[in-house]
Amino acid sequence: MLKIENLTKRYGSHTVVDDLSFCCAPGEVLGFLGPNGAGKSTTMKMVTGFVPPTVGRISICGHDIDQAPLEARRCIGYLPEGAPCYPEMTPRSFLEFVADIRHLTGTDRNTRLDSVIEALHLAPVLNQSIDTLSKGFKRRVGLAQAIIHDPEVLILDEPTDGLDPNQKHEVRELIRSMATNKMIVLSTHILEEVEAVCTRAIIIANGSILADDTPEQLARRSRYHNAVRLSVGANENLDQAQAALAQLVSIDGVEVDPSSRTITVLAGAQTRDGETWQEVFDLISRQNWDITSLQLETGQLDQVFREITGGSHA
Amino acid sequence: MNTISALFRRELKSYFATPVAYVFIVIFLVLMSTFTFYLGNFYERGQADLAPFFVFHPWLYLLLVPAIAMRLWAEERKTGSIELLMTLPITPWQAVLGKYLAAWAFTGVALLLTFPIWITVNYLGDPDNGAIVAAYIGSFLMAGGFLAIGACLSATTRNQVIAFVITVVVCFVFLASGFPMVLDFFTSWAPQTLVDGIASLSFLTHFENISKGVIDLRDLIYFGLLISAFLYANTIVLRWKQAE
Repeated sequence: MLKIENLTKRYGSHTVVDDLSFCCAPGEVLGFLGPNGAGKSTTMKMVTGFVPPTVGRISICGHDIDQAPLEARRCIGYLPEGAPCYPEMTPRSFLEFVADIRHLTGTDRNTRLDSVIEALHLAPVLNQSIDTLSKGFKRRVGLAQAIIHDPEVLILDEPTDGLDPNQKHEVRELIRSMATNKMIVLSTHILEEVEAVCTRAIIIANGSILADDTPEQLARRSRYHNAVRLSVGANENLDQAQAALAQLVSIDGVEVDPSSRTITVLAGAQTRDGETWQEVFDLISRQNWDITSLQLETGQLDQVFREITGGSHA
Repeated sequence: MNTISALFRRELKSYFATPVAYVFIVIFLVLMSTFTFYLGNFYERGQADLAPFFVFHPWLYLLLVPAIAMRLWAEERKTGSIELLMTLPITPWQAVLGKYLAAWAFTGVALLLTFPIWITVNYLGDPDNGAIVAAYIGSFLMAGGFLAIGACLSATTRNQVIAFVITVVVCFVFLASGFPMVLDFFTSWAPQTLVDGIASLSFLTHFENISKGVIDLRDLIYFGLLISAFLYANTIVLRWKQAE
């Protein structure tokens, strides 16, 4: 269990993290979302014991980070922002160093080394100095050192930053595969990543939590949740279609994009799931319109994110 | 203990993974011999001892040891690896000691590589080898003192140049307080105890005592205390900088 209570960090009169409280249980992948400068990295630095909080308590698997820093840190694997490494070392010597500090010995040490090298595909660069590696490899070396001791808690500050789409996909697969018995907290500003790997998302801005929910529930807050998007064929009258759709009972409004001949029917706030879809579908059948595409929207996380954080970060 | 040794080995290896170690050792040896043979008149003196060799150690260390010490923490801070290091399950003391001992061992290696000069003096005459060993120990302790000051000051900044300059200045103060010129300035008006106090703070006083071949407990305690004090300050600076 990862437990954070009333965490606050002030630099002079500037409050970076403001009274943050949350818990994370095994099996959860918690996505930390927020605009740049929201306090994500500072929170992570405090959770890992690098920066002492001004106020607040952090407990990791029952160990207080202030009272028992070594026990707490043994439970944590941490990828700091920017994945810093020792540039003159090779990935092999660097990982061996971390394994030694983590007191891995004997066959256990070798199996763990082999398994992280394989999981992150580091074999081709093992004996090359880290400063000659690409950004993607450096990030993967940083990830490898974070998971080498198979920690209960993983704190990853922007784990996929600088990776290409294939590598991003692989790292997300890796995170998902580790998620069953670990608590994983990752920060990101890529919203598709939250939808892809997180079981829970916390949106913070100016150091405070603005939303704490599953990605699906957050998406429901979008005005496009349950909206129906249809493209109308070239021989249909767009204005007539729009007028007819606007008469439907369960809807909140109709948006038209004449250039792509697309109409978006927004679902009303109180409607059941599928109600708007059914109404639109029935209408199309009755009118026998020529429709080139029809799709149900689940909601757009990026729009929710903008709405939630917009006021504080215009 | 395993933790300190892992840190120690990583640090020491990193010296030799870059040209730093080789450049340092070559310059150290070249300067040492130049000073000894040209400025120290090693041959002309006609005496079989290493006094003209050891007399320059404090001044060489004044320039070269801060160059080794400046990177200890400033570089970690600059590259951000300090965040990685200090969130591993290690105490600040272990981190400080591991790094410091590696740097000290490295200066020890450089010092040992001056052995040809010891062979030379033994070939030419019949020196007091006990005194030479004592002087080597004294020189090593003095290097440790300089290093502890440099390590502590390196933790205060992310800029290695600043770390170097401040360290040279502070080390110079520690050297110069034993200088006759400085002491004469005080003797004219200050009580003798104060003058002795200032002199006893100096590296020079204690190093000269040891290099005469007498290892006095007081000189050992002096270096021991000085090194411990600066390493302790180093851990404080680290904690204080992290809270910033």
